[in-house]
Amino acid sequence: MKPVPPSQPEIGILPVREASIVEVGKAEGGIACNKHSAAGSVSQRACVFCGSRVVLYPIADALHLVHGPIGCAAYTWDIRGALSSGPQIHRNSFSTDLQELDVIYGGEKKLYHALVELIEMYKPNAAFVYSTCIVGVIGDDVNAVCKRVAAEKGIPVLPVNSEGFKGTKKDGYRAACEAVYKLVGTGSTDDIPPHSINILGDFNLAGETWIIKEYYKRIGVNVVSCITGDARVEDIRHAHGAHLNLVQCSGSMAHLAKMMERDYQIPIKRVSYFGIEDMSAALYETAKFFSDDPTIMERAQELVREEVATIYPQLRAYREKLQGKKAAIYVGGAFKAFSLVRALKMLGMTTAVVGSQTGGPEDYKQLQEMCDPGTIIVDDTNPLELAKFCLEKDVDLLIGGVKERPIAYKMGIGFCDHNHERKEPLAGFIGMANFAREVYSSVASPVWQFAPRRAAKLKAAAAQLNGGKA
Amino acid sequence: MKVISAKDLELDEPQFKHCTGTRNACKLCTPLGACLAFRGVEGAIPFLHGSQGCSTYIRRYLISHFREPIDIASSNFSEDSAVFGGASNFKAGVANVVRQYKPKMVAVATTCLSETIGEDMTRLFHDYMKEEWFEGHPHMVKVSTPSYSGTHIDGFHAAVRALVATLAVPGDRTRRVNLFSGMVSAADLRYLKEVLEDHKVPYTLLPDYSESMDGETWSEYEKLQSGGTPIADIMASGCAQTSIEFGRTLSEYPSAGKFLSERFNVPNRQLGLPIGIRETDAFFEALAEVSGEPTPVKHTRERGRLVDSLIDGHKYVFEKRAIVYGEEDLVVGIASFLSEIGVVPVLCASGGKSGRLKRSLHDAIPTLDDRTHIHDGIDFAQIGEMADTLRADFIIGSSKGYQLSRKLDVPLIRIGFPIHDRIGGHRVLHLGYRGAQSLYDTIVNALMDVKQTNSPIGYSYL
Repeated sequence: MKPVPPSQPEIGILPVREASIVEVGKAEGGIACNKHSAAGSVSQRACVFCGSRVVLYPIADALHLVHGPIGCAAYTWDIRGALSSGPQIHRNSFSTDLQELDVIYGGEKKLYHALVELIEMYKPNAAFVYSTCIVGVIGDDVNAVCKRVAAEKGIPVLPVNSEGFKGTKKDGYRAACEAVYKLVGTGSTDDIPPHSINILGDFNLAGETWIIKEYYKRIGVNVVSCITGDARVEDIRHAHGAHLNLVQCSGSMAHLAKMMERDYQIPIKRVSYFGIEDMSAALYETAKFFSDDPTIMERAQELVREEVATIYPQLRAYREKLQGKKAAIYVGGAFKAFSLVRALKMLGMTTAVVGSQTGGPEDYKQLQEMCDPGTIIVDDTNPLELAKFCLEKDVDLLIGGVKERPIAYKMGIGFCDHNHERKEPLAGFIGMANFAREVYSSVASPVWQFAPRRAAKLKAAAAQLNGGKA
Repeated sequence: MKVISAKDLELDEPQFKHCTGTRNACKLCTPLGACLAFRGVEGAIPFLHGSQGCSTYIRRYLISHFREPIDIASSNFSEDSAVFGGASNFKAGVANVVRQYKPKMVAVATTCLSETIGEDMTRLFHDYMKEEWFEGHPHMVKVSTPSYSGTHIDGFHAAVRALVATLAVPGDRTRRVNLFSGMVSAADLRYLKEVLEDHKVPYTLLPDYSESMDGETWSEYEKLQSGGTPIADIMASGCAQTSIEFGRTLSEYPSAGKFLSERFNVPNRQLGLPIGIRETDAFFEALAEVSGEPTPVKHTRERGRLVDSLIDGHKYVFEKRAIVYGEEDLVVGIASFLSEIGVVPVLCASGGKSGRLKRSLHDAIPTLDDRTHIHDGIDFAQIGEMADTLRADFIIGSSKGYQLSRKLDVPLIRIGFPIHDRIGGHRVLHLGYRGAQSLYDTIVNALMDVKQTNSPIGYSYL
């Protein structure tokens, strides 16, 4: 029998988690990241399968078949705000729905029949087969089944090695890149005009890809494919004909970009479409790359001028209301966190807490450099830590996804959904205006006055004021 | 206005495609049900023995409906755990959770991964306790919930059984009544407590997530939201005078009530979910019997007002056709209620497959005729294919039917779980006379709205 553990402070940090948290200005050196989540820590991360599924999901004319018991497919049915301008096959949830006997005798037969029937029913242009945890354990030869069905049905059938336990969400991104890369290079590049790019790592959430594509069109740059926002199998086949890969959401798409650089010598630029500064930089960087045509830069400058002039008055109005408010950010990728820190600054707000699920050492170094002293930076945090820091820093807003939302609300803190379920476009210039409105409509809502924590503060402040007068 | 001829009313036999795979499942996985049931115990934290994704996906899904935090820990398998077993992750995980959350109970559910590699949970528990146990250590409960077997509702019932099997103790018979409600809403649980209290009888309601999953905004941070069935109440369930459990399809299921009856001779009454008048009457009759109290006037009045309203609105709903889908027992309850008000449940569908859906429907609804099609083990794509010829006037079930309702251009009456395209899904009341009243008003008003909207006249009164 062990001794009774000493009592902890109200919300303690697990020792195993301590190295993954730093305070800007206080800590020397880096932050522990790129690690498997600690057992029992209630990580906000998902799994390898989740990483693959979110990246490939927006390919709208493909069949996405989840090979495993029902849960993995059921929880990912039509939950993403990734829009398609045409086919909607991706919004279905297909599963081999493995049962006990399949687990005992193997699921290959079931997979084969399910694939063949679904391809006949839905006529997709490709099929992705996601392996879930137990497929990795029962030893189904998914590759062989995919090969056979591809030969019989005449479409690419691509296995995604996404067994949930084989790493973190990041490994799922990698598996997705490997799968989709099998399509790249299978189409002709004859008709691809000069000044052509691929948009990597935008998922057309709430139509964001359409906004970005429109900007590129206006400055005279041709988009060969977006991987994977509003994507079609055919576009991806030609992707190797582009002259430049613009990578947003680097965590998910860097691997694909690197493979294309290695095999097709396509240079890479890392960009972000969130916030005025980063959106403008993305356009200017692209224009600089195509410096053989100076009119591209001229048009980019013109576009930025026009768009900023349109939204600036709105932003100024929001800034007046939001000045001095404090925010916490917890998002999937670190690059988005950079953009959000900058975007909040533009709204007069400060970032008190910032973290990501999948950031790397370089990302965190940059965050440490760009944030004010006292800012807490965390990798792979959990509800208890997040709550602790939000309370300690007394933030007015938390930016995150659906799992973070109730944490904020329960503590009387505003919330902005910047995750893949969002229904408001937050990218591009118009996206910045939407973001400002989203932030404002939560922070400025009158409901917080009734939240107990805020109500107590208001009461204390009022008492002090009255006391002062008396 | 379209004139309907007699020929239009002839319907083709509804058909659906047989498919090896499942297309848009009308079910969720087993551990989800277990996690929800466990969060209905005071101070309990659910713990999944498997990959990190299971915990995160289930949290996300439950949050989308309840709009409440729900922390579910995970042993977070790595590749090594899958090969060599998850013992070390389990030990470290439970120790971390105990340290961080100071729960009263760690409630462990397995997943398809840990089950497939053949984890011996009894041994893991034994080894953990040998090394890590200390005076005042939280209770430990485990349930086997491989997601390749059954659906979320099986996980729910299995978890409830595991709770009583682990905690209930024998003793002198008391007046206590055990109520195993099944997977109902937070509002339903609050209602059941009110009914039990009105009957002045001590009770164990298990689980009870009416507060833990529908609580107030915090003044101070709550690591695990307050509320839930007290552990002492679960212990006392072994000395109860009787158990009542809802669910007609549970007749052959190894349920919590059955466990207590077999182990501690606590008589077990299985009733249908009390939805609609007759099923609720049966519940109130049982309560009157076990409490020795006649049904309190408050509730007979609610019943009276309900009957009065059914008469007021009967013409708006008579022979309307409804598609009902969801967990099997919910489908039985809703179909029973619809039959009482003159609506024809033209399709009763469930992704569950207890093998007792048809029997249960016929038992609950003696007047059921061949206008009602009954299918278990079915998915939303198949429900959609059948709907093409069913000429439904409305559909009733979770948010997952929205695409169908949009395709058919008929109202969706949102009930059950999940409701994640509206606010307050967990506050929908289904049970009792009060629940029937609220369902009835919602259904009639939806149909009146259709009538009003489709009328070229634009009546402002109906």
